[in-house]
Amino acid sequence: MLGEQIMRGMAVTAKNFFGSYVSKNRLTTVQYPEERLSQKANTRQFPMLVFDGDPDKGLRCVACTICEKECPPQCIYIVKSKDKKPDYKGQPQLYPAVFDIDVSVCMSCSICVEVCPFESIKMNTEFELSTDDRFEGLLFHKDKLSKSNEYYHQLHPADAKDSDAVLAAEKAKAEAKAKAAAEAKAKAAASAATAALPTTAPATATTPPPAPTPAAAAPPPPTPATPPPPAAK
Amino acid sequence: MFEQLNRFFAPVDQIFVTTLHWLVGFLPAAWRPVASSMLCIAFILMVFPALFSIVTIFERKGIGRIQNRYGPNRVGIPGTKIRLAGFGQFLPDGLKMLTKEDIVPRAADKLVHFLAPVVLLIPVLLTYAVLPFGRNMALADYDAGLLFFFAVGGAVEVSVFMAGWSSRNKYSLLGAMRAIAQMLSYEIPLILSSVTVVMIVGSLNLTRIVEAQAGHTFGLANWFVFTPWGLLGYLIFFIASLAESNRSPFDLPEAESEIIAGYFTEYSGFKFALFFLGEYLGMFAIIGLGITLFLGGWTAPFACLDFIPSYLWFLTKMLGIVFIFIWIRATLPRLRMDQLMNFAWKFMLPLALLNVLVAGLWHYLAIGPLRWIACATIIIVAYVALGRGLMRHQKLGQRTYRYAD
Repeated sequence: MLGEQIMRGMAVTAKNFFGSYVSKNRLTTVQYPEERLSQKANTRQFPMLVFDGDPDKGLRCVACTICEKECPPQCIYIVKSKDKKPDYKGQPQLYPAVFDIDVSVCMSCSICVEVCPFESIKMNTEFELSTDDRFEGLLFHKDKLSKSNEYYHQLHPADAKDSDAVLAAEKAKAEAKAKAAAEAKAKAAASAATAALPTTAPATATTPPPAPTPAAAAPPPPTPATPPPPAAK
Repeated sequence: MFEQLNRFFAPVDQIFVTTLHWLVGFLPAAWRPVASSMLCIAFILMVFPALFSIVTIFERKGIGRIQNRYGPNRVGIPGTKIRLAGFGQFLPDGLKMLTKEDIVPRAADKLVHFLAPVVLLIPVLLTYAVLPFGRNMALADYDAGLLFFFAVGGAVEVSVFMAGWSSRNKYSLLGAMRAIAQMLSYEIPLILSSVTVVMIVGSLNLTRIVEAQAGHTFGLANWFVFTPWGLLGYLIFFIASLAESNRSPFDLPEAESEIIAGYFTEYSGFKFALFFLGEYLGMFAIIGLGITLFLGGWTAPFACLDFIPSYLWFLTKMLGIVFIFIWIRATLPRLRMDQLMNFAWKFMLPLALLNVLVAGLWHYLAIGPLRWIACATIIIVAYVALGRGLMRHQKLGQRTYRYAD
């Protein structure tokens, strides 16, 4: 009969109407500012720069500008520093005097993350970036982009562990290389010594050589050799 | 006991009438009729727009609940944490609407474009003049009240076409043409279904029509909806009033997914608000008329509930029907144009005509079970037969798609 299916449809909507008052499970809405859904493991919004320890000295970025060149919408702007400061391996490296990302241009593709060879640029998950200044408010400078490694561990624990492992391996490799170079130098020095003074006691040969301090084996960060660069503003 | 309650609540029932008389009493006798009308008009202009603002919230919340959402629940008293369950929403909504830029298309007919929302609102407000909201509470106790209602209500079509034509926009014009076709088609069953009531009561005066339904038999009210012809008449009236107020499933004139907003596509700001208001006020008016004609106006459904003030009954019935309107909006999809026309001309019109005959039969048959059986049988047979005729050409089933190779 005409109208039968209409009545059936009305029953369905009535059931939903009253059901939404009876069982909370029906309501799929999350009351956003008070309630939040937990974020997905691989969620990403805009890039950030990871640092270890001190936000200035520990910044992993060496201003190689690979990300700037690779960025499809060209939203990254980097100015290299004039001076150098030691990185986590102790090598003197450049650092970004200016590092800007225009998040109104960024398309969150994370290509910058993929191309970064220094585990420096990573994706942040912060999404509440609304501002009343659409020019300056959406142009993120270095101080706003810098985030600690601990923060990165909170966001993406697995990825952060991986990048820590990469950095540790790099460091170990560099140290091993330095050690090998030092040993080779010591050996050469020792052989030269023995050649020059063959009559001296062999005990001198076994004494450890004075610590050779090439740049590659310098102790990590706490070096007052280079003053910290002024915060790029 | 009911007698006592009745006597106790009688002043409450007449509180608006007595207040009006008391206020008017301060004036010289010559001014009294004008002043009394002015006060009544002010009252109507306050109450129904207020009802409109509340109903928009109810609509959004109700549809939200039907779709398993909360609906608006944020806006409360500013500066505090009190949220009033979102019922403050209409204030910022209205403010936003009023402060928006008023855009008139360059190619539009500026005068007609400006007049259309005004021309919509005035007849809609005029229809309230004859509606009896409560005992002794009709602004104009007019002998041809029903005729007045339909005659004035017919002007709405003019304003809709003014809006659609003057905007010089194809969507506006399409919406207006749809609206005219739909409103004209559904006005006929709407009026024919009301004619049955006029035949039985023998008056076009809406107050007389309500008084004809005032008695009770076995505790149940003598509303016309409790008779076979009245039930069918109200069904037709209800469907036609859905179409007249452009409500889903007959919202073709403003079908968002097809023609943006129909005839008020090119309106913004205050004029848009006027259209919106006019649409809702028109809906309330036609619901009020349906209540007056078939649901006993301001009378109580049961004799024992007679003590509740009459205007509260009117309001309750109105909100109930509005809720059903909202419920239907949340349930049914929009009709296609040919389905809409088929339904009006091939189903509603024959049924309405038949209903006129049945009402005549009801009038001439003797009171008793026989006339109930006779009238009900005719109506049911006609409903089933016409329904089958309407659905005959429908081939429902798996839809097949053909793609280009």
